[in-house]
Amino acid sequence: MTARIQVPASARRGEVIEIRIAIQHPMETGFRLDDSGRAAPKNVVNALVCRYNGVEVFRAEMGSGVAANPFLSFFTVADASGELVFDWVDDQGQTGSERAALTVTG
Amino acid sequence: MTPRSLRDGLLAAALALISVAGHAQNAAKPEPLKSGLEFTGPEVRELQRDDFANPGMLWITRGERLWQEPAGAAGKSCAGCHGEAKTSMQGVAARYPQFDAARARLINIEGRIRQCRESRQQAEPFKYESAELLGLTAYVGQQSRGMPVNVPIDAQTRRHFEAGRDLYYRRMGQMNLSCAQCHQDNWGKKLGPETISQGHSVAYPIYRLEWQTMGSLHRRFRSCQSGVRAELLPQGSPEFLDLELYLAWREGGLPIETPGVRR
Repeated sequence: MTARIQVPASARRGEVIEIRIAIQHPMETGFRLDDSGRAAPKNVVNALVCRYNGVEVFRAEMGSGVAANPFLSFFTVADASGELVFDWVDDQGQTGSERAALTVTG
Repeated sequence: MTPRSLRDGLLAAALALISVAGHAQNAAKPEPLKSGLEFTGPEVRELQRDDFANPGMLWITRGERLWQEPAGAAGKSCAGCHGEAKTSMQGVAARYPQFDAARARLINIEGRIRQCRESRQQAEPFKYESAELLGLTAYVGQQSRGMPVNVPIDAQTRRHFEAGRDLYYRRMGQMNLSCAQCHQDNWGKKLGPETISQGHSVAYPIYRLEWQTMGSLHRRFRSCQSGVRAELLPQGSPEFLDLELYLAWREGGLPIETPGVRR
């Protein structure tokens, strides 16, 4: 699963920063039929968690209403230099992970 | 006028029409040239403009990694021969499709990647519409972003250009429509809720919201063929390559947009 994350390279302490993540995933709804007429089983990224220096700052639970290749963005407060770690899992149990470093000044 | 002369007159008129339709058309370009982006809504334009939100960038990220990865029995990566794509691939997408003299046929970027993969890397060529082939094609295309398409028609490609033009003007399928009837004669008008575009290829491969994935120009051709209830030609077929060359001539001067986003 290819994913891209966008985190500012550096931020001032106390600054509100935007974090964005895009994951390449078909987000199969479970309602569609494949080319031979069989129901395509539901397979979506159902849970995504972002931890900032080990503390959970964002969690998303997704279902079949989310389009393919989900793109999420949220805000958090920069309070210490460190790492943001994203982990997610889909209905087939496939997991993905990405991380990004953040430098906090001041 | 006797019934007989009336009949003869009608016959002559019908024959004249048939002969006009049967002759090769003069190639024409839309005036002014407009990117397909101008026929979409503000949301789609914004999605394409934002290099992070643009979902096509996921495929490009994949392509960028593949560029560096050694593959096949030769153990070579794309970068091993071509170096940094940012310099070596700059402008390439604006010059394709090209004439492959060794095999005496047209070749597009997908074809060139498949050929390199087979003959240089000695690996299995990527399948059409695979995430790998789309990713690498889009990554190569992106290096020409903003550069105007310039595919000159010369002695070697003239024959292919003419075949592509003839295909463009040929009615096909149960709907009996040619490419030109929508994209040359009626662009800007409505087809159901959609505005008919001029049908340029500068943004391919594109992320199409209807497909919920990235797709190649030849997939788009097949979508149009399916839309007019025609028999679908295979991806990479010589007819599609001729058509791709005709489109490159027709859109000459428009800047490359890869990775494009369309409805």
